[in-house]
Parts: sequence; structure tokens; C-alpha cells
Amino acid sequence: MPEIRNYTLNFGPQHPAAHGVLRMVLEMDGEVIERADPHIGLLHRATEKLAETKPFNQSMPYMDRLDYVSMMCNEHAYVMAVEKLLGIEIPIRAQYIRVMFDEITRILNHLLWIGSHGLDLGAMTMFLYAFREREDLMDCYEVVSGARLHAAYYRVGGVYRDLPDSMPKYTPSKWHSKSAVDKLNEEREGSLLDFIEAFTNRYPSKVDEYETLLTENRIWRQRTVGIGVVTPERAFQLGLTGPMLRGSGIEWDLRKKQPYEVYDKMDFSIPVGVNGDCYDRYLVRIEEMRQSNRIIKQCVDWLRANPGPVTVDDHKVTPPSREKMKADMESMIHHFKLFSEGYCVPAGEVYAAIEHPKGEFGIYMVSDGANKPYRMKIRAPGFAHLSAMNEMATGHMLADVVAIIGTQDIVFGEIDR
Amino acid sequence: MKAIVSYLKSLFLLELIKGLRVTGGYLFDRKITVQYPDEKTPMSFRFRAHHALRRYANGEERCIACKLCEATCPAMAITIEAAPREDGTRRTTRYDIDFTKCIFCGFCEESCPVDSIVETSFFEYHGEQRGDLLMTKAKLLNMGDKMEAQIAADRAKDAPYR
Repeated sequence: MPEIRNYTLNFGPQHPAAHGVLRMVLEMDGEVIERADPHIGLLHRATEKLAETKPFNQSMPYMDRLDYVSMMCNEHAYVMAVEKLLGIEIPIRAQYIRVMFDEITRILNHLLWIGSHGLDLGAMTMFLYAFREREDLMDCYEVVSGARLHAAYYRVGGVYRDLPDSMPKYTPSKWHSKSAVDKLNEEREGSLLDFIEAFTNRYPSKVDEYETLLTENRIWRQRTVGIGVVTPERAFQLGLTGPMLRGSGIEWDLRKKQPYEVYDKMDFSIPVGVNGDCYDRYLVRIEEMRQSNRIIKQCVDWLRANPGPVTVDDHKVTPPSREKMKADMESMIHHFKLFSEGYCVPAGEVYAAIEHPKGEFGIYMVSDGANKPYRMKIRAPGFAHLSAMNEMATGHMLADVVAIIGTQDIVFGEIDR
Repeated sequence: MKAIVSYLKSLFLLELIKGLRVTGGYLFDRKITVQYPDEKTPMSFRFRAHHALRRYANGEERCIACKLCEATCPAMAITIEAAPREDGTRRTTRYDIDFTKCIFCGFCEESCPVDSIVETSFFEYHGEQRGDLLMTKAKLLNMGDKMEAQIAADRAKDAPYR
């Protein structure tokens, strides 16, 4: 009788379900995974090293490109680290704007996750529905920052500009008459805050639709229930964070446990799973979208009632207004100094972490007192999640690897950085 | 009893039918598709895309070659060379933006003290051969001349926030 041996299979790096450039070497026994060995580094861009060569402000746009589906959250961790080094407190309005956009980002991230996860597991409609809602949220991104993805909106000392009072509108064309366009523009008549509020009002019903399509669906349950189970103990030991940890039943959320910005004033709850499988993590993320929606609503109410400055009034750190810069010599000097040399921070080291949609995203920064960091380390949640791949995939079928990659919410921008 | 109910639900494909009702509803709903080349999605006045160099109303170029954009560009995509012109004013002799390096962060526009370099809302450009995406001073000034009305309108709208 011939000897039957394991064979190895290359999964990726160009596999559409590999979510980017993941190459996995799978050692298989028939269709069962014996060992999964992720190979990373195909998207390495040396972000950490680049940050060492640039003044603090200039590295900020590169943070967008780490986890390129939750842009503003990455920026948030970075600016928080620099603010900690500088020891400055940002205006309350900027804190609310940051929290609101963090939560918009969380919904954006989870929508992309549910869309691509659904697509991987055979629920194509989810992808289309999720991207329909993403479109509205990316309009919010565009309207505040000018870019739909790589926003570069958070700044050390606040945010770049205040929220605009108007939304851009659709214009009639040969496809849509004036009355059809008016209907599309209904939500765009007011300010950005009105637009966001209208979104938060209709969004829960959209989440209900996603749940109608997936939660009870037998195909979805067959593909996710009991797949990639992580026990709470192992989840701790593997360094999992975010929905991966909460799916295993551990109530851990930095927004509650180490509140930053104004999260301690927000009313929301942390969903946790029970079994620690793909299905529970799906339920956790769905509930997180509803909770984020609640937080956004609270922020909108506050922001509407409380106008005020959005950057600190210290022109060593934030540029003066254009008008002032053009009229006043000292402001002009501040402006030139800030955009050429930047600012020096006190020597020291800080770690700033935020509850990123994927888990704990942290920036560890060492400064030697210069205008650029001596060393910066990015703690990417996806990296720890990917290293649990072997443990989660072993013993499952090849098709389940796709489900596990999906549930880990892998994005290679942050893993390879 | 609960087991029987769930068995019956499962037998009659109840959850699949519920799902089909959602998708079926959208089949007959108003379509949200934007027919791209004929119509566009709404665009914010803060939109950052193709760069342009602006001129003053009298036709004089705004750029004074202070090189602040070059210094602040995180991607180091901007190259400037400057020399005095015949009339004695300091002007750029070379102003290149390499679009293959540019990350469209908008810092050049933010740093410009004379509102010369701006990011317009023109995003439908392409290059067919090597060098097409290296924007020279002539190309950028040309872009500014073409888009000036739009650029000025957008800047005016954004002025209260900056």
C-alpha cells in the first residue's frame, strides 16, 4: 500500500479571499489543515522607519495607510501619542469630533468586513448592501477632510478644520430628473451634522436587514458556527484584542477600561460572545455597529449645541489661521517654522492605544527631544490575530481557512506596515 | 415545543424566504446607481485631487519660490528650483510634482502662504507613458488657468474654516 503523505498548498498571495497580500503555506492532510503558516511582508513600506526621518506632523498622513479601512482611528493613535509627549490637552469640541469620526470609522470598517466576509462565504448581496452604506459615510469623510479614504484630518492639537455647514448635492442629468435628484438631496439640505443624524436614524434598520440576510441563514451558520474556536484563556495568551477577544467572552474594551477623549461621557455597552467561534464574532461586530451608531448620535447632539475651537491655541503646535498668518508677522513666522522644522517635543517615551475597530492599536514612541521621533513602534492588532492563524485553522477544512481569515478581519497595511 | 417550532421553521426555509423578501424588495425599489460618466457623486469643496498653480487676477503667477511646500511634503514629491527673474523678482524656474510619489495629503496647499499651489477637485487624469505623471510647472499653471473659477469658488467656501 502506498504511503499517503501530507502535501503543502500555497494560499495566496494573489488569492481574492486572502484580503490583500497574505501568502499562507498550508500543510494539508487531504482537505484538512495540519498546519497553517502565514508569510507576511509583501506590503512592507517601512512606516516606522519613515516616521524616524520626518517631523511629527508629516508622518500623520502615513498613518492613514496602515489599516486602510479604518483611517482616522490610526491617525487618532498617532496624534494621541504626540499629544501625550507634548503634554497638551485638546479642546473639548475636537475631542467630540474625534470620537464621532472614530465611531464612523468603526462602522466603515465593520461594513467592509461584513461585505467581504459575506462575499468570501457566498453571500454576495451583503457586499452590495454594505457598500451602499459605506458610500454615505465616505461622503462624511470627504466633506470634512477632502479625501474619501486617506483623510489626514486629525492633527496634533485637535482636528484640521471644523465641520462644514453644507453638504455637496447631486445635480440633475439625463439619467435623473430634477424631482429624482431632489429626493436624493433631501438629506443633504442641511449641515454635515444633519446628514450624519439622518444616517444614524436609518442605519439600525439597515443593520436589521443584514441580520435578516445572515444571522439565521443556514448556509451562513454552517460556514461560521463552530469554526475557529478560541477559548478565553487562549485568546488572552495569544494577545487577541477587539472583537476577536470579545467574541471569546472577555469583556475588554479600551473605550470603557481606559477611556480616552470623551468616551467616559458616552452611553454605550460592550457586546461579548459566548463560544468564541466565527459566528459569535460576527454577532459581536453587528452589535458594535449598533453601539457605534448610538455614540455617533450622542456626539451629534453635543456638537450641534456646543460650537467652539477645534485646535489648541498654541501656534508652536498648530498653524495660525490663514487670515492671521497673512496679516501678522509673528503668525507668519509660526507658520513657516511649523511647516518646515516642525516642533520639538520633550524627551521621553509614551504608549498611546485606542480601541481600533480591529482591536488595540497602539503607538509606542521614543523621543530624544528632537523634532522627529527617535523610534516609533506600531502595535497592530492584525499582527497578533494573524499569528493565531495556525491555532485557529488547524483541524479545519480548506474552505474554513477563508472564513477564519475573514473573521480575523485581516488588513495587510497594518500587519506589514 | 421550541424544538418543533424551530424544526418547522427550518423545514419551510423560513429564514431564506425572509432574506429573499429583503432582496426582492430592493429589486423593485428606486435604484441608487450613479451613472458615472454622465453624472457624478456630489463632491465636497474640500476635495483634494490634481494639483494646480494659481495666478493673480493680473496674470502674474502667485508662487514666490519660498519652498515651504517642498519642505513640508511628506512624500518628497515636490522639486523646486528658483532664480531671480529679469524684473528682479524671485520666481521658480522649475516646479515639479511627481504624482507617482504624491500621497495627496494636502499639506502643500495648507503650507502655501500665497495660496499658489492648490489641490483641485479634478480627479480624472491619467498617464499613458513614463513621465506623463510628472507634473511640470507649465502643466500645473495650465491646470490652474483652466480651473481657476472652480478653485476660487471652493477656496471661498472653505475660507471661514481655515
